[in-house]
Order: sequence, then C-alpha cells, then structure tokens
Amino acid sequence: MTEPLDHPAARALAERHRLRPWEAIPWLLALGFYFAFPKHLGFGTELLVTVLFALSLDLVLGYAGIVTLGQAAFFGAGAYTVGILAKQGIWTEPITGLILAALVAAAVGLGSGLVLLRTQGLTLLMLTLCTMALLEEAANLAHDYTGGFDGLDSLPIAPLLGRFEFNPLYPTTQYLYVLVVLFVCFVFVRTLVYSPFGQSLRGIRENMLRMHAVGAPVRGRLVLCYTLSAAIAGIAGGIWAQANAYVNLGTLGLDRAATVLIILVLGGHGRLYGAFIGAVAYMVLSHFLAKIYPTAWQLGLGLLLVVIALFARNGILGIVAALGRRPAPRATS
Amino acid sequence: MSAPLLETRALCRNFGALAAARDIDFRLEAGARHALIGPNGAGKTTFVNLLTGVVQPTTGAILMKGRDITGVAQAERVKLGIARTFQINRLFRRLSVLENVYIAVAERVGAAPSMFRPAGVRRDVVDESMQLLETLKLSGDAARRISELPYGRQRLVELAIALALRPEVLLLDEPAAGVPSAESHIILDAIDGLPRDIGVLIIDHDMDLVFRFAERITVMVSGAVFATGSPREIAADAEVRAVYLGRTGHG
Repeated sequence: MTEPLDHPAARALAERHRLRPWEAIPWLLALGFYFAFPKHLGFGTELLVTVLFALSLDLVLGYAGIVTLGQAAFFGAGAYTVGILAKQGIWTEPITGLILAALVAAAVGLGSGLVLLRTQGLTLLMLTLCTMALLEEAANLAHDYTGGFDGLDSLPIAPLLGRFEFNPLYPTTQYLYVLVVLFVCFVFVRTLVYSPFGQSLRGIRENMLRMHAVGAPVRGRLVLCYTLSAAIAGIAGGIWAQANAYVNLGTLGLDRAATVLIILVLGGHGRLYGAFIGAVAYMVLSHFLAKIYPTAWQLGLGLLLVVIALFARNGILGIVAALGRRPAPRATS
Repeated sequence: MSAPLLETRALCRNFGALAAARDIDFRLEAGARHALIGPNGAGKTTFVNLLTGVVQPTTGAILMKGRDITGVAQAERVKLGIARTFQINRLFRRLSVLENVYIAVAERVGAAPSMFRPAGVRRDVVDESMQLLETLKLSGDAARRISELPYGRQRLVELAIALALRPEVLLLDEPAAGVPSAESHIILDAIDGLPRDIGVLIIDHDMDLVFRFAERITVMVSGAVFATGSPREIAADAEVRAVYLGRTGHG
C-alpha cells in the first residue's frame, strides 16, 4: 500500500491552489494596457470594473450555483452609498468610501439572502429580480437623496491617499486604483474558492440534498456566500461611482444585471478567469460590432450567445479546457 | 438493560389522508445487521426520512441511545452519528471521487467552514479521505470525476461518503439498486466489510442480499410493522409469505 499522499489525486488536491505561471498574464496585460493605450484608459477602467462585478457573480453563480438575475442590486447599493455620501458632503475619501459601499451592499445581501435563499430555481431567479426592481424603484422615488431618474453627478471625490486627483478626462489614477482594488478582491475570491469552504460551496452546487445529508449547514453557507458576493459587487459599484463621479438608476437596472450574466456565461462560470475573458470578449465585441452595424450590433451579440448556449455551455474557457484535455488515461493502481 | 442505539415509539406520519407510517415501534441495536423489507409503497423510504430528519413525524418519538431526537434537525442528527445512502445516487457529479469524500470528511471534522486556507493544506482530511477510498478499493478511481465512473463504482462512492461521516447508525437505502449483476458483488463485499461496531439498517427488495446479510428482519406493509424476527422466522412465517414473499414469487 502506498502512502496516501503519494497518490496523484491527493497531490492534485493538495496543490491545486498553487499559482500557475500563466496566471500572471491578465495582470501583465492590464499593466501593459496602461502604458500602451493612455488615451483609452476610460474604456480600460470600465472594463476592469466589469471584471470585478463579474467576479462577484462568479462566486455565487459559478461556485455556489445560486442562479440570480439581481446582482446589480448590490452594484447599485454600493454606487449609491458612495454617491449619496459624497453629494451630501458626509464622506468623500475614496478607500474608506469603498469599505462603506461594501458594508451597505453586504447588509442588503444578508437581508435579502436570508429570505431569498429559502427558495431555489425559478422562484429564486424571480425573487432576485424583484429585489433589484424594488431597490431601483426606491432609488427612483427617493428623489431628494438619489436625484431620482437624473441620478447624481459631479460627485466630489477626495484625492486618493490625499495626493492623486480623479481627473475624468485623464483617468490614469482611476485605472490604477481600480486595478489594485480588483487585484485585492481577486486574491480574496481565489483564496475563498480553493478553501474547504469553497469546496463545500461546490458541493452545494452539485447536490444540495447530499450536502444536507453530510450534515452541512447549507442555508448558512449560501447566505454567507451571497453576502460576501454582495460586498464585492458593492465595491464594484462604489468604485464605478468614484471613477465616473456619477451615479444613476442604470447601476440598479436589469440591463446591467443581464449584461454581467452574459459576460460570465460567455467567459465561463466557476473558473475565476471567466470574468476576465468574458468581460474583454464582450466589451471588445460590442465595440467593434457597434462600429460595423451601428443600428443592429446587439443582433450579432445575440447570435453569438445562442451559439455559446447551444454548443459551449462552459463558455470560452470551457472550450480552451476541452481542447487542452487529452482523453484521460484510466488509472490502474 | 441499556437503551437501544436507535428506537422509535409509536411513530406516525400522515401525508394528507395517507398514513405513510403507522404506529411504528422499532429498535436498532448497536452493531446490528438489520433489514427492512416490504412491498412497494409500504413506507420504507418514508421511515428512513423520518429517522434522518428529512420528514417530521406527525406523532410519536425517535430516540438515540435513550435521548429524544424527534425535534433534532437533519444536520444535527448527522453529527450525532446517523448517516444514510440514497436509493438513487446523490453525488457531486462534476467533482472527483476524492473531492466527494473530502467534502464529507471536512464536514465531520469541522474543517469545512475554514475560508482562508487552501483545502489541500488540511492534509489530515485528504489523508483520511484517501485511506477510506483504499479500504473500499476505490483509490484507483480517486482522480476521476463521478460522471466518468460506471454505476456500480458510483454506488461505492455513495457508501464512501456515508462512511466518511463515521456513523454509529448507517441506513442503506437499496444499496445495490441499479447495479448490473456482474458488478453487484463489489457492493455486497463492501457491505460485508463494514466495521462491526456500526449498527446497519438495510432497506431492500433483493431477497438474496437481505438473507445473506441480515441477522434480523422487519417486514413493513402499508406503513405499519407487519412482523419482526430472525431471517429463519421471517422465512417460515406463513403470513409474511402470503403478503410479501409469495407475491414476489420467492421461496
């Protein structure tokens, strides 16, 4: 009998969290973009925020299997937290502002999660959508604080670390700031999904009944995961509001929630880097399609989605993984 | 006399007008090899769901080692030592065999809530999972996904997950169901090899399996206990033969 840990399966499990060399690529590309395209940093900032938002969705959808159409509720909660605090002159410091955005979004996630996560499937999907619609309407009605349909613009955001101004025309500060925040959140999510907790989330995704039968507190785990994901989405929303000095009802809308879902499905869910690939693919594609067919560019995107849904359920990264996988040799011990 | 490992007293469960469990008095002793048989719809699976806490009884009580656990939630009963397998596989299909067992071991030893250390750092959990796979002769498949395994091997993983919980009471719901006869010896051997201190209740239709394995048999009909006795007594019981064994064309 061999030592158990010598077994390839045990070694794979013991080492799967190790950093692989290719994992540096997205970060090097993001840094390269900063130097190569100084005129497109506005686009780059938007892209990085989208990656962060998609990453928050990957945690709940890709790992825990919570099907949600309401993720923008937390993005909006974060964005309005930053927006209202800045507009009222209560809080304009960006980093602590993000922490407040995360806390508010997490509170919304915890509150709604405690109710929503009693349900599953279609009911859950509809309830997440309803929660978001309720928040959107509340923001619309609370005109005095949120600016209603017009939103809040020209938000006074204090310089980063007291030194670096957010300049809307030359968003160099914004780009690097978002990149650093994305990196920190990514490290957090990556640590989480490779932990025993992350493993139990996969278990819940794969078979909830069995998780009950092994004694796991399933609902508690789901609510915790949902809350953490909400906090990250709140950071994405908060940083979006800071970078644009602007917040509007669109941050809470179905458009944003559906787009991030499309991005994650396009890139590949439950794979961490699907958020990156999906966001880049989606934003580049829509950019060029809009140039070629200014009136009907969404048609091309729609067709692509149909193809992905029919033939590549696991998105672009799923295709890459399938190409890279040779037929597994049958293990004989 | 000490209290039995698991006991039910006048356990009843109604689904609307249907009495799925009627006044069930049942005892499972420590280290028992007990079988529960009965025709389709006799309430066997409802009884398992009552014991594991998936379904709450309408009236009656469930006791473990003399302690009333009727109101104890499913997850808590697992911690108390009640584990089960399912009639139809409920596995983590897109995960490896090792990961399937890891999840169960991690829950038992309390490693699962840990969020900031990699799963592989818990060598104790990985080691124990691997050792369990060795005892069930599954280690050759440890790296394969469940969906790549033949059904018989999947049934073994079903058993491995339950054993990973180190149960005192093990409820096996038709452990060999759906397994081709060429592979069923794998399951039977594994059941024969179960640790002797576990109290095992096996629910099955397969008379060969039941009579090979059980030291005590309970027959259920229409939600109620019809007869309990040794395999010899049950096989000789004319009424049991009439309502159950006779119908299946056995004996």
